[in-house]
Amino acid sequence: MSQNAHDEARAGVWRQALSVAIATGAYAISFGALGVSAGLSVAQTCALSLLMFTGGSQFAFAGVAASGGEPLTAVTTAALVGARNGFYGLQMAPLLRARGLRRLIAVQLTIDESTAVGSAQTVTHPDRPELARLGFWATGGGVFILWNAATALGAIIGEVLGDPRRYGFDAAAAAAFLALLWPRLRDSDARWIGLAAAVVALGAVPVVPGGVPVLAAGTVALAAAWWAARKHRGPAPAESGSAESEEAPQ
Amino acid sequence: MIGWTGVLLACLAVFAIKLAGHLAPQRLLERPDVTRAAGLLTAGLLAALVAVQAVATADRLQVDARLPALAVAAIALWWRAPFIVVVALAAITAAGLRALGLP
Repeated sequence: MSQNAHDEARAGVWRQALSVAIATGAYAISFGALGVSAGLSVAQTCALSLLMFTGGSQFAFAGVAASGGEPLTAVTTAALVGARNGFYGLQMAPLLRARGLRRLIAVQLTIDESTAVGSAQTVTHPDRPELARLGFWATGGGVFILWNAATALGAIIGEVLGDPRRYGFDAAAAAAFLALLWPRLRDSDARWIGLAAAVVALGAVPVVPGGVPVLAAGTVALAAAWWAARKHRGPAPAESGSAESEEAPQ
Repeated sequence: MIGWTGVLLACLAVFAIKLAGHLAPQRLLERPDVTRAAGLLTAGLLAALVAVQAVATADRLQVDARLPALAVAAIALWWRAPFIVVVALAAITAAGLRALGLP
């Protein structure tokens, strides 16, 4: 890999990675505080950031814990919310070409932000795959360090402060999910599926135990998402040829 | 109450999903319907989580300080405020309304 000390494109990728890492990391303070307010210990909250390391799933897990849900419900909800990471891996693996331990680390760092910054370079610099790799590693690594540090800080603050409702942490959780959802609402299918899922979840709250309403909504969303995705499908893609990513990660 | 088993199982499940993506055959990427359905599923789940966190307790629906806080968050998002600002504004709004006596 040849590189120039004054490579402006590389510097740009670093700047992007750093700003994303700081913004996302700061957000983990709220996850730390919400984790302990949901009844998880400080250690469990930190373990989620270290080992699960994908914000949406972590918030979902804490959300089910807070509503008194069963462990299996929490596991299933976290897995469903994290399903998109599988598609990010599919997208990033051919660019990274990592093997052995490097690959395992790449797997853990495969999240919205690292994929977004990495794959953005393939659009702006299609002739320089090393920039995509740099974007992925710098963003994933930066977010990982700051996300975990901020989670620990938030968990300790949350435990010291006590009653989470007094500080509006429960409302912060709703706002956090809305912020994650927001960029996806540009899509009209996402808007009606989101609305339907919300209605199903709220309708289920009085009749089923905690955590299950979101899971029920997820099942409806899965069916609707599959139907909507098939509806708009164009002609069948050719059997061989270049892999083409259809949807940029948010 | 969710113990360590639940925490670790969930972490394992999410890691397995990430790993599966890295090991999966690349031709799945040529199925735009699959990637699109995954994106729409995420939107649906997040919307359900927003709704439940905003107006539900463990076993019933309840409108309290969380709903106006969510409205403030939506306005902040409309103005393209960063994540942390959105979350902080919602918390401050709910905390303020509760200090004024709202449930």
